[in-house]
Amino acid sequence: MASLDDLKKRISSVKSTQKITKAMKMVAAAKLRRAQESAERGRPYSEKMNNIILNLSSGVSDKENAPKLLSGTGDDKVHLCVVLTADRGLCGGFNSNIIKKAKSYFQKISDTGKTLKIITVGSKGYDQLKRLYQDKIIENISFKESKNANYFDADKVGKIIIEKFENNEFDVCTIFYNQFKNVITQIPQEQQIIPLKTEEKDNKSSEENYEFEPDEDEILGNLLPKNISTQIFKAMLENSASEQGSRMSAMDNATRNAGEMVDKLTIEYNRSRQAAITKELIEIISGAESL
Amino acid sequence: MSEGFKIDIVNPEKSFLSKENVSEVVVPAYEGEMGILKDHIPIISFLKPGIIKVISSSEEHNFYVEDGIVEFKDNTLSILTSSIFDIKNANKKHVSDEIQEAEKELNKDDLNDQKRFLLNHKVEILKSISIN
Repeated sequence: MASLDDLKKRISSVKSTQKITKAMKMVAAAKLRRAQESAERGRPYSEKMNNIILNLSSGVSDKENAPKLLSGTGDDKVHLCVVLTADRGLCGGFNSNIIKKAKSYFQKISDTGKTLKIITVGSKGYDQLKRLYQDKIIENISFKESKNANYFDADKVGKIIIEKFENNEFDVCTIFYNQFKNVITQIPQEQQIIPLKTEEKDNKSSEENYEFEPDEDEILGNLLPKNISTQIFKAMLENSASEQGSRMSAMDNATRNAGEMVDKLTIEYNRSRQAAITKELIEIISGAESL
Repeated sequence: MSEGFKIDIVNPEKSFLSKENVSEVVVPAYEGEMGILKDHIPIISFLKPGIIKVISSSEEHNFYVEDGIVEFKDNTLSILTSSIFDIKNANKKHVSDEIQEAEKELNKDDLNDQKRFLLNHKVEILKSISIN
Protein backbone atom coordinates (compact mmCIF):
# COMPACT_ATOMS: atom_id res chain seq x y z
CA MET A 1 0.00 0.00 0.00
CA ALA A 2 1.18 3.44 -0.87
CA SER A 3 2.32 5.61 1.98
CA LEU A 4 0.38 8.66 3.07
CA ASP A 5 2.90 11.00 1.55
CA ASP A 6 2.73 9.28 -1.81
CA LEU A 7 -1.04 9.49 -1.83
CA LYS A 8 -0.92 13.14 -0.97
CA LYS A 9 1.44 13.82 -3.84
CA ARG A 10 -0.71 11.91 -6.27
CA ILE A 11 -3.83 13.74 -5.22
CA SER A 12 -2.20 17.10 -5.74
CA SER A 13 -0.78 16.10 -9.11
CA VAL A 14 -4.16 14.84 -10.35
CA LYS A 15 -5.71 18.05 -9.10
CA SER A 16 -3.30 20.19 -11.06
CA THR A 17 -3.93 18.09 -14.17
CA GLN A 18 -7.60 18.67 -13.64
CA LYS A 19 -6.99 22.39 -13.48
CA ILE A 20 -5.24 22.27 -16.83
CA THR A 21 -7.92 20.22 -18.55
CA LYS A 22 -10.58 22.47 -17.13
CA ALA A 23 -8.83 25.53 -18.47
CA MET A 24 -8.42 23.89 -21.86
CA LYS A 25 -12.10 23.09 -21.91
CA MET A 26 -12.98 26.70 -21.17
CA VAL A 27 -10.67 27.95 -23.89
CA ALA A 28 -12.05 25.43 -26.37
CA ALA A 29 -15.61 26.45 -25.51
CA ALA A 30 -14.83 30.10 -26.17
CA LYS A 31 -13.03 29.30 -29.40
CA LEU A 32 -15.78 26.95 -30.46
CA ARG A 33 -18.32 29.71 -30.35
CA ARG A 34 -16.16 31.87 -32.55
CA ALA A 35 -15.37 29.04 -34.95
CA GLN A 36 -19.02 28.10 -35.19
CA GLU A 37 -19.99 31.67 -35.93
CA SER A 38 -17.46 32.02 -38.68
CA ALA A 39 -18.52 28.66 -40.13
CA GLU A 40 -22.07 29.95 -40.26
CA ARG A 41 -21.04 33.27 -41.71
CA GLY A 42 -19.03 31.51 -44.38
CA ARG A 43 -21.95 29.41 -45.51
CA PRO A 44 -23.78 31.93 -47.74
CA TYR A 45 -20.69 32.40 -49.88
CA SER A 46 -20.16 28.75 -50.63
CA GLU A 47 -23.87 28.19 -51.14
CA LYS A 48 -24.17 31.03 -53.60
CA MET A 49 -21.03 29.90 -55.37
CA ASN A 50 -22.49 26.43 -55.66
CA ASN A 51 -25.74 27.76 -57.03
CA ILE A 52 -24.06 29.83 -59.69
CA ILE A 53 -21.89 26.94 -60.77
CA LEU A 54 -24.92 24.69 -60.90
CA ASN A 55 -26.71 27.19 -63.09
CA LEU A 56 -23.69 27.62 -65.28
CA SER A 57 -22.82 23.99 -65.73
CA SER A 58 -26.35 23.12 -66.73
CA GLY A 59 -26.05 25.87 -69.32
CA VAL A 60 -22.91 24.42 -70.83
CA SER A 61 -24.15 22.82 -74.00
CA ASP A 62 -20.90 21.49 -75.28
CA LYS A 63 -19.80 18.88 -72.75
CA GLU A 64 -16.74 17.95 -74.75
CA ASN A 65 -15.16 21.34 -74.55
CA ALA A 66 -16.19 22.07 -70.98
CA PRO A 67 -13.38 23.18 -68.68
CA LYS A 68 -11.34 20.28 -67.40
CA LEU A 69 -11.93 21.24 -63.79
CA LEU A 70 -15.59 20.47 -64.35
CA SER A 71 -15.51 17.48 -66.61
CA GLY A 72 -12.27 15.88 -65.48
CA THR A 73 -9.37 14.72 -67.59
CA GLY A 74 -11.34 11.73 -68.78
CA ASP A 75 -9.10 9.48 -66.75
CA ASP A 76 -8.99 8.38 -63.17
CA LYS A 77 -5.57 6.87 -62.81
CA VAL A 78 -3.97 9.28 -60.38
CA HIS A 79 -5.83 10.30 -57.26
CA LEU A 80 -4.84 13.27 -55.19
CA CYS A 81 -6.07 13.27 -51.62
CA VAL A 82 -6.00 16.39 -49.51
CA VAL A 83 -6.22 15.52 -45.85
CA LEU A 84 -7.16 18.43 -43.63
CA THR A 85 -6.36 18.00 -39.96
CA ALA A 86 -5.54 20.15 -36.96
CA ASP A 87 -2.14 21.44 -35.94
CA ARG A 88 -2.65 20.50 -32.33
CA GLY A 89 -3.47 17.35 -30.49
CA LEU A 90 -5.47 16.75 -27.31
CA CYS A 91 -8.77 16.88 -29.10
CA GLY A 92 -10.17 13.40 -28.71
CA GLY A 93 -10.70 11.40 -31.83
CA PHE A 94 -10.74 14.40 -34.11
CA ASN A 95 -7.54 13.81 -36.04
CA SER A 96 -7.61 10.04 -35.97
CA ASN A 97 -11.17 9.97 -37.33
CA ILE A 98 -10.13 11.86 -40.43
CA ILE A 99 -7.03 9.71 -40.80
CA LYS A 100 -9.07 6.55 -40.46
CA LYS A 101 -11.46 7.68 -43.14
CA ALA A 102 -8.61 8.71 -45.41
CA LYS A 103 -6.73 5.46 -44.86
CA SER A 104 -9.67 3.33 -45.90
CA TYR A 105 -9.95 5.43 -49.05
CA PHE A 106 -6.22 5.05 -49.70
CA GLN A 107 -6.59 1.31 -49.33
CA LYS A 108 -9.35 1.30 -51.92
CA ILE A 109 -7.21 3.31 -54.33
CA SER A 110 -4.16 1.12 -54.04
CA ASP A 111 -6.28 -2.05 -54.23
CA THR A 112 -7.60 -1.01 -57.62
CA GLY A 113 -4.08 -0.33 -58.85
CA LYS A 114 -4.36 3.42 -59.13
CA THR A 115 -1.68 5.87 -58.17
CA LEU A 116 -2.07 7.78 -54.96
CA LYS A 117 -0.75 11.20 -54.07
CA ILE A 118 -1.33 12.91 -50.76
CA ILE A 119 -1.25 16.49 -49.59
CA THR A 120 -1.59 16.99 -45.87
CA VAL A 121 -2.83 20.24 -44.41
CA GLY A 122 -2.13 20.49 -40.71
CA SER A 123 0.81 18.93 -38.95
CA LYS A 124 -1.09 16.23 -37.05
CA GLY A 125 -2.21 14.55 -40.24
CA TYR A 126 1.33 14.57 -41.56
CA ASP A 127 2.65 13.05 -38.34
CA GLN A 128 0.17 10.21 -38.49
CA LEU A 129 0.46 9.48 -42.19
CA LYS A 130 4.17 9.80 -42.73
CA ARG A 131 4.93 6.40 -41.26
CA LEU A 132 2.82 4.46 -43.73
CA TYR A 133 2.65 6.77 -46.71
CA GLN A 134 5.90 8.72 -46.61
CA ASP A 135 6.62 8.19 -50.32
CA LYS A 136 3.08 9.21 -51.32
CA ILE A 137 2.98 12.55 -49.53
CA ILE A 138 3.92 15.19 -52.05
CA GLU A 139 3.24 18.26 -49.98
CA ASN A 140 2.78 19.12 -46.35
CA ILE A 141 1.17 22.43 -45.58
CA SER A 142 0.69 23.82 -42.13
CA PHE A 143 -0.84 27.04 -40.95
CA LYS A 144 0.44 27.07 -37.40
CA GLU A 145 0.91 30.82 -37.40
CA SER A 146 -2.65 31.68 -38.39
CA LYS A 147 -4.95 31.88 -35.46
CA ASN A 148 -8.20 31.23 -37.27
CA ALA A 149 -9.04 29.62 -40.53
CA ASN A 150 -8.91 32.37 -43.11
CA TYR A 151 -9.58 32.58 -46.80
CA PHE A 152 -6.06 33.62 -47.61
CA ASP A 153 -4.70 30.28 -46.40
CA ALA A 154 -7.41 28.33 -48.18
CA ASP A 155 -6.61 30.17 -51.38
CA LYS A 156 -2.97 29.13 -51.05
CA VAL A 157 -3.96 25.47 -50.83
CA GLY A 158 -6.39 25.92 -53.71
CA LYS A 159 -3.71 27.45 -55.91
CA ILE A 160 -1.32 24.59 -55.21
CA ILE A 161 -3.99 22.08 -56.18
CA ILE A 162 -4.88 23.90 -59.37
CA GLU A 163 -1.25 24.27 -60.35
CA LYS A 164 -0.74 20.56 -59.96
CA PHE A 165 -3.89 19.86 -61.92
CA GLU A 166 -2.76 22.05 -64.77
CA ASN A 167 0.55 20.20 -64.85
CA ASN A 168 -1.45 16.99 -65.25
CA GLU A 169 -0.16 15.58 -62.01
CA PHE A 170 -3.46 14.00 -61.07
CA ASP A 171 -6.93 13.22 -62.42
CA VAL A 172 -9.20 13.16 -59.41
CA CYS A 173 -8.97 15.23 -56.26
CA THR A 174 -10.68 14.40 -52.99
CA ILE A 175 -10.58 16.31 -49.74
CA PHE A 176 -11.00 14.87 -46.27
CA TYR A 177 -12.24 16.86 -43.32
CA ASN A 178 -14.57 16.68 -40.35
CA GLN A 179 -18.00 18.12 -40.71
CA PHE A 180 -19.27 19.83 -37.62
CA LYS A 181 -22.65 18.53 -36.54
CA ASN A 182 -22.65 19.38 -32.87
CA VAL A 183 -20.25 19.46 -29.98
CA ILE A 184 -20.15 15.72 -29.52
CA THR A 185 -20.62 14.60 -33.12
CA GLN A 186 -18.28 15.36 -35.97
CA ILE A 187 -18.63 13.40 -39.15
CA PRO A 188 -15.52 12.66 -41.18
CA GLN A 189 -16.22 13.53 -44.79
CA GLU A 190 -14.72 12.76 -48.12
CA GLN A 191 -15.59 15.15 -50.89
CA GLN A 192 -14.51 15.03 -54.48
CA ILE A 193 -13.70 18.49 -55.81
CA ILE A 194 -12.06 17.70 -59.16
CA PRO A 195 -13.85 16.85 -61.36
CA LEU A 196 -16.67 18.70 -59.71
CA LYS A 197 -19.64 16.62 -58.76
CA THR A 198 -22.78 18.61 -59.34
CA GLU A 199 -25.85 17.12 -57.81
CA GLU A 200 -28.81 17.89 -60.00
CA LYS A 201 -31.20 19.29 -57.49
CA ASP A 202 -34.31 20.22 -59.38
CA ASN A 203 -34.61 21.39 -62.89
CA LYS A 204 -36.20 24.62 -61.90
CA SER A 205 -32.95 26.51 -61.62
CA SER A 206 -31.56 25.27 -64.88
CA GLU A 207 -34.53 26.53 -66.81
CA GLU A 208 -33.66 30.04 -65.84
CA ASN A 209 -32.30 31.86 -68.83
CA TYR A 210 -29.26 33.77 -67.88
CA GLU A 211 -27.42 36.36 -69.80
CA PHE A 212 -23.71 35.74 -69.61
CA GLU A 213 -21.04 38.33 -69.95
CA PRO A 214 -18.59 37.16 -71.28
CA ASP A 215 -19.69 33.68 -72.38
CA GLU A 216 -20.32 30.67 -70.16
CA ASP A 217 -17.02 28.98 -70.77
CA GLU A 218 -15.00 31.97 -69.80
CA ILE A 219 -17.00 32.56 -66.64
CA LEU A 220 -16.74 28.91 -65.72
CA GLY A 221 -13.03 28.95 -66.34
CA ASN A 222 -12.71 31.89 -63.99
CA LEU A 223 -15.12 30.57 -61.42
CA LEU A 224 -14.05 26.97 -61.02
CA PRO A 225 -10.61 27.68 -59.56
CA LYS A 226 -12.27 30.03 -57.11
CA ASN A 227 -14.69 27.31 -56.21
CA ILE A 228 -11.82 24.99 -55.29
CA SER A 229 -10.52 27.56 -52.81
CA THR A 230 -14.02 28.12 -51.52
CA GLN A 231 -14.58 24.42 -50.94
CA ILE A 232 -11.29 24.15 -49.12
CA PHE A 233 -12.11 27.19 -47.06
CA LYS A 234 -15.45 25.64 -46.16
CA ALA A 235 -13.69 22.45 -45.13
CA MET A 236 -11.24 24.44 -43.05
CA LEU A 237 -14.03 26.29 -41.28
CA GLU A 238 -15.91 23.08 -40.55
CA ASN A 239 -12.68 21.55 -39.39
CA SER A 240 -11.83 24.31 -36.98
CA ALA A 241 -15.30 24.21 -35.45
CA SER A 242 -15.05 20.43 -35.20
CA GLU A 243 -11.61 20.61 -33.65
CA GLN A 244 -12.75 22.94 -30.90
CA GLY A 245 -15.92 20.93 -30.31
CA SER A 246 -13.98 17.72 -30.13
CA ARG A 247 -11.41 19.22 -27.81
CA MET A 248 -14.09 20.63 -25.59
CA SER A 249 -15.82 17.31 -25.08
CA ALA A 250 -12.52 15.47 -24.68
CA MET A 251 -11.37 17.93 -22.04
CA ASP A 252 -14.74 17.79 -20.34
CA ASN A 253 -14.33 14.03 -20.04
CA ALA A 254 -10.80 14.39 -18.79
CA THR A 255 -11.87 16.87 -16.15
CA ARG A 256 -14.61 14.56 -14.98
CA ASN A 257 -12.29 11.56 -14.87
CA ALA A 258 -9.75 13.55 -12.90
CA GLY A 259 -12.47 14.51 -10.45
CA GLU A 260 -13.43 10.88 -9.96
CA MET A 261 -9.83 9.96 -9.45
CA VAL A 262 -9.35 12.67 -6.85
CA ASP A 263 -12.41 11.39 -4.99
CA LYS A 264 -11.14 7.83 -5.02
CA LEU A 265 -7.68 8.82 -3.93
CA THR A 266 -9.04 11.02 -1.15
CA ILE A 267 -11.06 8.13 0.24
CA GLU A 268 -8.01 5.92 0.11
CA TYR A 269 -5.95 8.60 1.78
CA ASN A 270 -8.45 9.05 4.60
CA ARG A 271 -8.75 5.31 5.11
CA SER A 272 -5.03 4.81 5.41
CA ARG A 273 -4.72 7.82 7.69
CA GLN A 274 -7.40 6.34 9.94
CA ALA A 275 -5.73 2.94 9.80
CA ALA A 276 -2.46 4.49 10.86
CA ILE A 277 -4.12 6.23 13.82
CA THR A 278 -5.89 3.04 14.87
CA LYS A 279 -2.67 1.14 14.65
CA GLU A 280 -0.92 3.65 16.83
CA LEU A 281 -3.73 3.56 19.40
CA ILE A 282 -3.64 -0.22 19.56
CA GLU A 283 0.07 -0.08 20.08
CA ILE A 284 -0.26 2.40 22.94
CA ILE A 285 -3.11 0.48 24.58
CA SER A 286 -1.39 -2.88 24.33
CA GLY A 287 1.78 -1.26 25.62
CA ALA A 288 -0.10 0.17 28.62
CA GLU A 289 -1.74 -3.16 29.30
CA SER A 290 1.50 -5.01 29.48
CA LEU A 291 2.82 -2.77 32.21
CA MET B 1 -44.47 46.70 -54.01
CA SER B 2 -41.15 48.22 -53.28
CA GLU B 3 -39.33 50.36 -55.77
CA GLY B 4 -35.95 48.76 -55.44
CA PHE B 5 -34.29 45.38 -55.33
CA LYS B 6 -32.13 43.52 -52.89
CA ILE B 7 -28.36 43.39 -52.81
CA ASP B 8 -26.23 40.81 -51.03
CA ILE B 9 -22.49 41.19 -50.93
CA VAL B 10 -20.76 38.21 -49.39
CA ASN B 11 -17.14 37.44 -48.90
CA PRO B 12 -15.85 34.06 -47.80
CA GLU B 13 -15.65 35.02 -44.17
CA LYS B 14 -18.97 36.71 -43.71
CA SER B 15 -21.89 38.44 -45.28
CA PHE B 16 -20.48 41.86 -46.04
CA LEU B 17 -23.60 43.80 -46.88
CA SER B 18 -27.24 42.97 -47.23
CA LYS B 19 -29.60 45.70 -48.17
CA GLU B 20 -33.16 45.92 -49.39
CA ASN B 21 -34.65 48.61 -51.53
CA VAL B 22 -31.67 49.56 -53.59
CA SER B 23 -32.51 51.56 -56.66
CA GLU B 24 -29.36 51.14 -58.68
CA VAL B 25 -26.06 49.36 -58.49
CA VAL B 26 -23.09 50.03 -60.74
CA VAL B 27 -20.57 47.21 -60.90
CA PRO B 28 -17.22 47.12 -62.67
CA ALA B 29 -18.06 44.11 -64.82
CA TYR B 30 -15.48 42.35 -66.88
CA GLU B 31 -16.43 44.03 -70.11
CA GLY B 32 -17.08 47.47 -68.73
CA GLU B 33 -19.10 49.18 -66.06
CA MET B 34 -22.61 47.89 -65.78
CA GLY B 35 -25.53 49.59 -64.15
CA ILE B 36 -28.23 47.32 -62.80
CA LEU B 37 -31.75 48.47 -62.17
CA LYS B 38 -34.81 46.65 -60.94
CA ASP B 39 -36.16 43.84 -63.15
CA HIS B 40 -32.93 43.39 -65.01
CA ILE B 41 -32.88 40.04 -66.77
CA PRO B 42 -30.94 37.28 -64.99
CA ILE B 43 -27.26 37.78 -65.58
CA ILE B 44 -23.99 36.30 -64.44
CA SER B 45 -20.73 38.09 -64.91
CA PHE B 46 -17.47 38.61 -63.16
CA LEU B 47 -15.70 41.67 -61.92
CA LYS B 48 -12.46 43.43 -62.54
CA PRO B 49 -10.86 45.80 -60.04
CA GLY B 50 -13.08 48.80 -59.61
CA ILE B 51 -15.73 50.51 -57.59
CA ILE B 52 -19.16 49.20 -56.79
CA LYS B 53 -21.70 51.95 -56.40
CA VAL B 54 -24.79 51.09 -54.41
CA ILE B 55 -27.45 53.74 -54.81
CA SER B 56 -30.62 53.83 -52.81
CA SER B 57 -33.13 56.63 -52.47
CA SER B 58 -31.47 58.14 -49.44
CA GLU B 59 -27.80 57.46 -49.84
CA GLU B 60 -24.95 56.22 -51.95
CA HIS B 61 -22.25 53.77 -50.94
CA ASN B 62 -18.98 53.07 -52.68
CA PHE B 63 -16.95 49.92 -52.30
CA TYR B 64 -13.70 48.88 -53.81
CA VAL B 65 -13.48 45.32 -55.16
CA GLU B 66 -10.66 43.49 -56.76
CA ASP B 67 -12.42 40.52 -58.25
CA GLY B 68 -15.63 38.63 -57.83
CA ILE B 69 -18.76 37.29 -59.41
CA VAL B 70 -22.10 39.01 -59.80
CA GLU B 71 -25.37 37.25 -60.23
CA PHE B 72 -28.70 38.95 -60.70
CA LYS B 73 -31.84 36.89 -60.43
CA ASP B 74 -35.38 37.45 -59.15
CA ASN B 75 -34.54 41.01 -58.20
CA THR B 76 -31.70 39.92 -55.99
CA LEU B 77 -28.18 40.94 -56.79
CA SER B 78 -25.53 38.69 -55.28
CA ILE B 79 -21.93 39.72 -55.37
CA LEU B 80 -19.34 37.18 -54.33
CA THR B 81 -15.93 38.61 -53.71
CA SER B 82 -12.89 37.82 -51.64
CA SER B 83 -11.56 41.34 -51.57
CA ILE B 84 -13.78 44.27 -50.76
CA PHE B 85 -13.69 47.32 -48.56
CA ASP B 86 -15.75 50.38 -47.96
CA ILE B 87 -14.09 53.40 -49.47
CA LYS B 88 -15.29 55.65 -46.69
CA ASN B 89 -13.34 53.80 -44.02
CA ALA B 90 -10.53 52.77 -46.28
CA ASN B 91 -7.29 52.32 -44.48
CA LYS B 92 -4.78 54.63 -46.17
CA LYS B 93 -1.88 52.36 -45.41
CA HIS B 94 -3.70 49.31 -46.71
CA VAL B 95 -4.44 51.09 -49.97
CA SER B 96 -0.87 52.24 -50.48
CA ASP B 97 0.36 48.73 -49.67
CA GLU B 98 -1.92 47.34 -52.33
CA ILE B 99 -0.64 49.87 -54.86
CA GLN B 100 2.94 48.96 -54.10
CA GLU B 101 2.17 45.28 -54.41
CA ALA B 102 0.47 45.76 -57.75
CA GLU B 103 3.30 47.91 -59.05
CA LYS B 104 5.82 45.32 -58.01
CA GLU B 105 3.79 42.75 -59.90
CA LEU B 106 3.76 45.03 -62.93
CA ASN B 107 7.53 45.06 -63.06
CA LYS B 108 7.70 41.35 -63.62
CA ASP B 109 8.53 40.32 -67.14
CA ASP B 110 6.34 37.30 -67.63
CA LEU B 111 3.03 39.15 -67.67
CA ASN B 112 0.61 38.68 -70.49
CA ASP B 113 -1.26 41.66 -71.84
CA GLN B 114 -4.51 40.85 -70.13
CA LYS B 115 -2.87 40.64 -66.73
CA ARG B 116 -0.92 43.82 -67.35
CA PHE B 117 -4.09 45.60 -68.28
CA LEU B 118 -5.88 44.44 -65.15
CA LEU B 119 -2.99 45.45 -62.92
CA ASN B 120 -2.66 48.86 -64.51
CA HIS B 121 -6.35 49.33 -64.04
CA LYS B 122 -6.11 48.29 -60.43
CA VAL B 123 -3.33 50.76 -59.70
CA GLU B 124 -5.31 53.51 -61.35
CA ILE B 125 -8.41 52.85 -59.28
CA LEU B 126 -6.50 52.50 -56.05
CA LYS B 127 -4.66 55.75 -56.68
CA SER B 128 -7.90 57.55 -57.27
CA ILE B 129 -9.10 56.25 -53.93
CA SER B 130 -6.04 57.29 -52.03
CA ILE B 131 -6.26 60.82 -53.35
CA ASN B 132 -9.78 61.34 -52.09
